[in-house]
Amino acid sequence: MSTKQEWLEKVYKRSDERPVRFSTLSDMEVEPLYTPEDVKDDYNASLGQPGEYPYTRGVYESMYRGRLWTMRQFAGFGLAEDTNERFRFLLAQGQDGLSTAFDMPTLMGYDADHERSMGEVGREGVNVTSIHDVARLFDQIPMGKVSTSMTVNCSASALLAMYLVQAERTGVPWSQVSGTIQNDMLKEFTAQKEWICPPAPSLRIVTDMVEFCAKKAPRFHPVSISGYHIREAGSTAVQELAFTIADGLCYVQDAVSRGIDVDDFAPRLSFFWDLHSDFLEEVAKLRAGRRMWARFMKERFGAKNPRSMMLRTHAQTAGVSLTAQQPMNNIVRVAIQALAGVLGGVQSLHTNSMDETLALPTEQSVMVALRTQQIIAEETGVTNTIDPLGGSYAVEALTDRMEREAMDYINKIDEMGGMLKAIEVGYPQREIAEAAFLYQRQLEQGVKTVVGVNKYSIPEEIPIEVLKIDPLMEERQIQRVRKMKRERNSTALKEALKRVAEACRSGENLMGPICDAVRQDATVGEISDIYRAEFGVYKDPGWI
Amino acid sequence: MAEKRLRILVAKPGLDGHDRGAKIIARALRDGGFEVIYTGLHQTPEMIAEAAVQEDVDAVGLSILSGAHMTLFPEVIRLLTERGAGDVSVFGGGIIPDEDSNKLKTLGVKQVFTPGASTEDIVKWVRENVQPRD
Repeated sequence: MSTKQEWLEKVYKRSDERPVRFSTLSDMEVEPLYTPEDVKDDYNASLGQPGEYPYTRGVYESMYRGRLWTMRQFAGFGLAEDTNERFRFLLAQGQDGLSTAFDMPTLMGYDADHERSMGEVGREGVNVTSIHDVARLFDQIPMGKVSTSMTVNCSASALLAMYLVQAERTGVPWSQVSGTIQNDMLKEFTAQKEWICPPAPSLRIVTDMVEFCAKKAPRFHPVSISGYHIREAGSTAVQELAFTIADGLCYVQDAVSRGIDVDDFAPRLSFFWDLHSDFLEEVAKLRAGRRMWARFMKERFGAKNPRSMMLRTHAQTAGVSLTAQQPMNNIVRVAIQALAGVLGGVQSLHTNSMDETLALPTEQSVMVALRTQQIIAEETGVTNTIDPLGGSYAVEALTDRMEREAMDYINKIDEMGGMLKAIEVGYPQREIAEAAFLYQRQLEQGVKTVVGVNKYSIPEEIPIEVLKIDPLMEERQIQRVRKMKRERNSTALKEALKRVAEACRSGENLMGPICDAVRQDATVGEISDIYRAEFGVYKDPGWI
Repeated sequence: MAEKRLRILVAKPGLDGHDRGAKIIARALRDGGFEVIYTGLHQTPEMIAEAAVQEDVDAVGLSILSGAHMTLFPEVIRLLTERGAGDVSVFGGGIIPDEDSNKLKTLGVKQVFTPGASTEDIVKWVRENVQPRD
């Protein structure tokens, strides 16, 4: 038998290649063949069995033979009661966890009646101004049984307080409340760009929440370290991997620096990856991420609890890959991306709906998206074997390479003094913008293909029925918020808000005072205003 | 006679952080030979109109993906007119349904680009349709 090199030079070279660039979606060049020569890993050190360090093959010993992933569709629009109805529809369809999408005012820390909220209330997600909206959102949903994910970041402390206080009011003790709050501020500065105050105080608020949950709500996941938005902002897969792990390292370092034992909070850190269309690249990314995190937690932070080393993750198919053109094709994209997630070993999954490039998805298209997961889970057979792609020469070689290239970025970020410092000087921001621009150019030059957009396009009118939001809804919410503000006890509220401001200055953990403030009907905007006054407002440097 | 380089303000109104498109367009317009000023995120219509006047631009390109385009476009045009800059060409892009796009054009928006438009199309449109202001 010839060696790989001999085969490439003597055999393969005789054949003609199609005149295309053989590279991943992230433009990593791919070889024609991978063989045992490319995979020199020691099985025990680099892979390990499922449920064993370094968890490359999966965090749990039985993986999907023990329990399928959580099918968790992200939903939210209009008033809290509209979203409550969608939540109950999804639970009735066999979904097992909830995931809340908030509107821009809630995400940016403005009340519905603020002038900056004009035209945006309930539009991209549900509006939550006060705890009364949280009560409406979870009406008839058992908060001690259904785990809820809340995608909110700079105003997350207010939402977490409202969620916990509402659980308490419905008789569910904090020790039983499980769920996840995204609360990943570092990736806000690099990717999603929803912020209130500058990076350093933002990190302090995150760490307050990590500490508070570790002590008071130990089943709650206080941060979901997110690559999703980094990728959607245009990064490569390697950048997504590198910047996300670097963000995670920064959170762990900050909590450890406060004197919190790593094993007291790290088991409750979770991740959130993007699932794009390059199948093997995505599987490799998920596997490399698990191995890198396990090694960092053990070697850099001295974690002893295996759960601190396990990278458990939610994943979502790539919104950015969906096309407005020939939108039915999106069903196929989503199915392939979701399959990569499952073969990459995710714990929880959201599949996008085909009409999401146009507007919030209709009930019909959400059902197709959920059914896609159910088909993968129960028809395809891929759940029968753990990490079935493990040992594939191509997958293992790509996993190693992604780890290596991501480590180059992380070493560079470490040299800069860590992710907070790197963000302050705009390093990841510029890297992502550069990658996004390069991809756009490749698309326009036809180096990369998007079916139905730059190839195989047809003259068409887009026939999909899109969800329309009632234009009177905003006015109703504004009136409701104004009435609530008139009727609450303003003396007790002022006192409670004053204590939040004092905690900002003294360094006391903010969450206790914020919980007290939401008990007095303090709003998302009022708590955010304290941050604005105490910590200042971050302005977009507008790097291009 | 050397032609005056067109000055374009690329602006990102609203509360959302979807700036991938705005940044790509800003860079493509700059590479296309225009002078480009990018406002950064989270701008109010007032901030955009003010920046357009201060920077003495010939056109304003708005990137809106939040669904609030029917509020934000007309407001920017109104504020520009109020400041004596009603002749600044306003164009934009985002997830904007056709019926809204047609309505926006009757309200003074010069062109609306939707997903799939190439940077080349946009640069070409600006070159052919934006007039330098005196």
